[in-house]
Amino acid sequence: MNDMTPTSAERAEKLEGMGCKRKRVEDVRFTQGKGNYVDDLKLPGMLYGDLVRSPHGHARIKNIDTTKAAAVPGVVAVLTAEVLKTVNLAWMPTLAGDVQMVLADGKVLFQNQEVAFVVAESREAAADAVELVEVEYEALPVNVDPLKAMTDGAPMIREDLKDKTDGAHGKRKHYNHVFAWQAGDKAATDAAFAKADVTIREFIVYPRVHPCPLETCQCVASFDKIRGELTLWGTFQAPHVIRTVGSLISKIPEHKIHVIAPDIGGGFGNKVGAYPGYICSIVASIVTGRPVKWVEDRIENLSTTAFARDFHMDMEIAATKDGKVTAMRCYTIADHGAFDACANATKWPAGLFSIISGSYDFPTAYCLVDGVYTNKAPGGVAYRCSFRVTEAAYCIERAMDIMAQKLGMDPAEFRIKNLIRREQFPYTSAFGWQYDSGDYHTAMNKAMETVDYKKLRAEQKTKREAFKRGETREVMGIGVAFFTEIVGAGPSRACDILGIAMFDSAEIRIHPTGSGICRLGTKSQGQGHETTYAQIIATELGLPADNIMIEEGNTDTAPYGLGTYGSRSTPVSGAATAMACRKIKAKAQMIAAYMLEVHDDDLEWDVDRFRVRGNPERFKTMTELAWAAYHEVPPGMEPGLEAINYYDPPNFTFPFGAYICVVDVDVDTGTTKVRRFYALDDCGTRINPMIIEGQIHGGLTEAFGIAMGQEIHYDDDGNVTTASLMDYFLPTAVETPHWETDWTTTPSPHHPIGAKGVGESPNVGGVPCFSNAVNDAFAFLGSTHIQMPHDHWRTWTAAEKLGLHG
Amino acid sequence: MAKSHIKMTVNGKAVEELVEPRTLLIHFLREQLMLTGPHIGCETSHCGACTVDLDGKSVKSCTMFAVQAAGADIRTIEGMANADGTLHALQEGFREMHGLQCGFCTPGMILRAYRLLQENTNPTEAEIRMGISGNLCRCTGYQNIVKAIQYAAAKLAGVPFQEAAE
Repeated sequence: MNDMTPTSAERAEKLEGMGCKRKRVEDVRFTQGKGNYVDDLKLPGMLYGDLVRSPHGHARIKNIDTTKAAAVPGVVAVLTAEVLKTVNLAWMPTLAGDVQMVLADGKVLFQNQEVAFVVAESREAAADAVELVEVEYEALPVNVDPLKAMTDGAPMIREDLKDKTDGAHGKRKHYNHVFAWQAGDKAATDAAFAKADVTIREFIVYPRVHPCPLETCQCVASFDKIRGELTLWGTFQAPHVIRTVGSLISKIPEHKIHVIAPDIGGGFGNKVGAYPGYICSIVASIVTGRPVKWVEDRIENLSTTAFARDFHMDMEIAATKDGKVTAMRCYTIADHGAFDACANATKWPAGLFSIISGSYDFPTAYCLVDGVYTNKAPGGVAYRCSFRVTEAAYCIERAMDIMAQKLGMDPAEFRIKNLIRREQFPYTSAFGWQYDSGDYHTAMNKAMETVDYKKLRAEQKTKREAFKRGETREVMGIGVAFFTEIVGAGPSRACDILGIAMFDSAEIRIHPTGSGICRLGTKSQGQGHETTYAQIIATELGLPADNIMIEEGNTDTAPYGLGTYGSRSTPVSGAATAMACRKIKAKAQMIAAYMLEVHDDDLEWDVDRFRVRGNPERFKTMTELAWAAYHEVPPGMEPGLEAINYYDPPNFTFPFGAYICVVDVDVDTGTTKVRRFYALDDCGTRINPMIIEGQIHGGLTEAFGIAMGQEIHYDDDGNVTTASLMDYFLPTAVETPHWETDWTTTPSPHHPIGAKGVGESPNVGGVPCFSNAVNDAFAFLGSTHIQMPHDHWRTWTAAEKLGLHG
Repeated sequence: MAKSHIKMTVNGKAVEELVEPRTLLIHFLREQLMLTGPHIGCETSHCGACTVDLDGKSVKSCTMFAVQAAGADIRTIEGMANADGTLHALQEGFREMHGLQCGFCTPGMILRAYRLLQENTNPTEAEIRMGISGNLCRCTGYQNIVKAIQYAAAKLAGVPFQEAAE
């Protein structure tokens, strides 16, 4: 080879494969206003739908009069439950195995529940008519408190389930009971607690919050009566699931339903489920024969589609005197609102909550979750986390701090003493999860060294003394969190949604000129899939990432998949992509052997080509092999160069991280200033470090919002009091702290490229880290636990209770 | 409803249309002029996804009637590219610095940043953060948006962009 021949490394760099900070493909259109979001769609003859909603939290409907509304110029139809009953669509199944009213049938169960659907020639006419639908209500007693839901005399939320003794997941204990779900070994755990040296118990609430993506939920339904086909454009994180559920509900054959998810303006779990607005739009299109658009406004979004959390956790930990954990036990009441519309794998009514033993070597553990109905909006989605993982991580990380405090140990040292050790992986937790890989101590030590943890604690000590002397009114808090996630749902033995195994897919076609297209069952909502999947292919196949088009979201062309949520795209579809590439590569190798007249085994792969072992001058590049695949394949071989893979992962993946946060809290104003936030993430193999860092910044900002201010709050009468951006905290650039990011790399042993997924880690680890920091600030004054969110009012109140205001 | 006759300039082009008096500027831009770059995120002026530039000011077009914009000179994301077709420094900066993810806030964010840089050609990080505080982003955590605006400021000033140390 002469000096001008590019080296393997130079050729690899040009591909922009895995590990490259490749600039995003998507940005070219987004920065020019040429994104294609649902509300940008305008079809000929399109009508606009708008919903009449309940002002009551709980009320019987005596009468609905649509006469005046129907008379508004431009109004084409007004749907009520009575109309929907004629097509058997007044109720719909939820992903969690419950049923939900599409439009109120007899009574309303939460404020802003959907009561009637007006369809008109313009959005303005629809809005006018909504005001003129006359609904006569008879108010009923309201319960918005999950802790009172299963008491005697509590208002019965679901009269339709009155005679139902079994819920979707076993015997019901009360008429407001949804399910009971347990995991772990109760007897062994109780025994360990009975003989424990030290125990702690704390009631830890993770309030109801909402993912609140900047684009609300929306759709356009268009039913073609002649063909009997439905096309549904929508903000769907899981388009194929919507198609299958849509077919089951509407009885339209699945091949005659075309679901298209165009660009999505953020999802964070909000856009996984099926909502009444979608069903109403479909029915309205069938009834009117015209396309119907439905777009939520922000208040509707925050108050009706898909809340998250609302977990009320009674948490206990047992430990030895010298700080070794021996057991944990947790009883949780989960508020599911009026309908159980959780987006979980069906077998897991409390999601993957049993990851609650966290990153620690608990010999035994037990948890029990009771789901209850209240007069609140339905949902229970995973807001930027895998199913219920953030609730679990928050609970264990808070509890570990509380135990450290009781033992008089430093929270970081206490964690280090109990972290699962590197040599214990693959590690089977007390709840039976097999953690795939980890090197927790390296991560924790790196985090502590980078922030100079000892120095921070020394500074805190000095400040606390100054506070006690009355020289400052600020208290300093240091938050430590070490989290382990369980993502990449999931293995078919453990995970399905309504019976569909949670595999995912990739179909790759390499064109004769060496470019190609890859279609997948996932759906990006900002994660940058068009950029990163192409990087996997570039590395696997030796073709430039720029030559690969990524397509998602069209159920007619994409292979079946379960969509994007729970950090599952990289663990599942990323694996499918690599596996499909390997099928293509195997075929290319046979073609290369034929062309070079050698045995397959005499070839070796080198970045972008197969070369003859010991004779690197003789090679065929992937681009050459792509051309050959269409005109000179070996005798008997099918022409073409494409492959499809449906990947059923052998296990979940377990990303982890060590986060440290420093805050200064003004005890007189309750204001918390985040001085520093350091996040070390280990997501296994890193596909695009730029995108990973961006995901971490975003997830930390959402965690900051949740920990410091977000709550979907109801008053006792069932009024939701935080349903606009006036009342629901979304951090601006001013409040948002500066983020420091770092990493270690511990590949997943069972994933084809070793990747674990990252988008949700910062939310899972961030929330407990902020909360631990605020709690740590007050710990030296005897405080053990202050409930989230840590807004200035709650923080001021905590200071008041501690007698800090004189 | 009787319609009003309005004239204005949008992205350098004269526009003459009939609108209902109650039509919001954002709906007029998106549905009548088919400029779907500006988005609707809240309809209450909090999120800034609908931000456009109007007579030298950043305006949330969801909180203004189209008739109020009669005679105005409006610029939207569709009018941001340079006359020669190349991208504006802000459009380039947002991509170079990974200042966007889902892209929904981006058109409003870029328009706001455009006005900010007209008013202050060399803003500090704190000035940028305050300057874009009327525009919400749910994906990026703002850190890379700040860098994108710094990148554009440097490019527009003809000086090399130096990323601040982490």
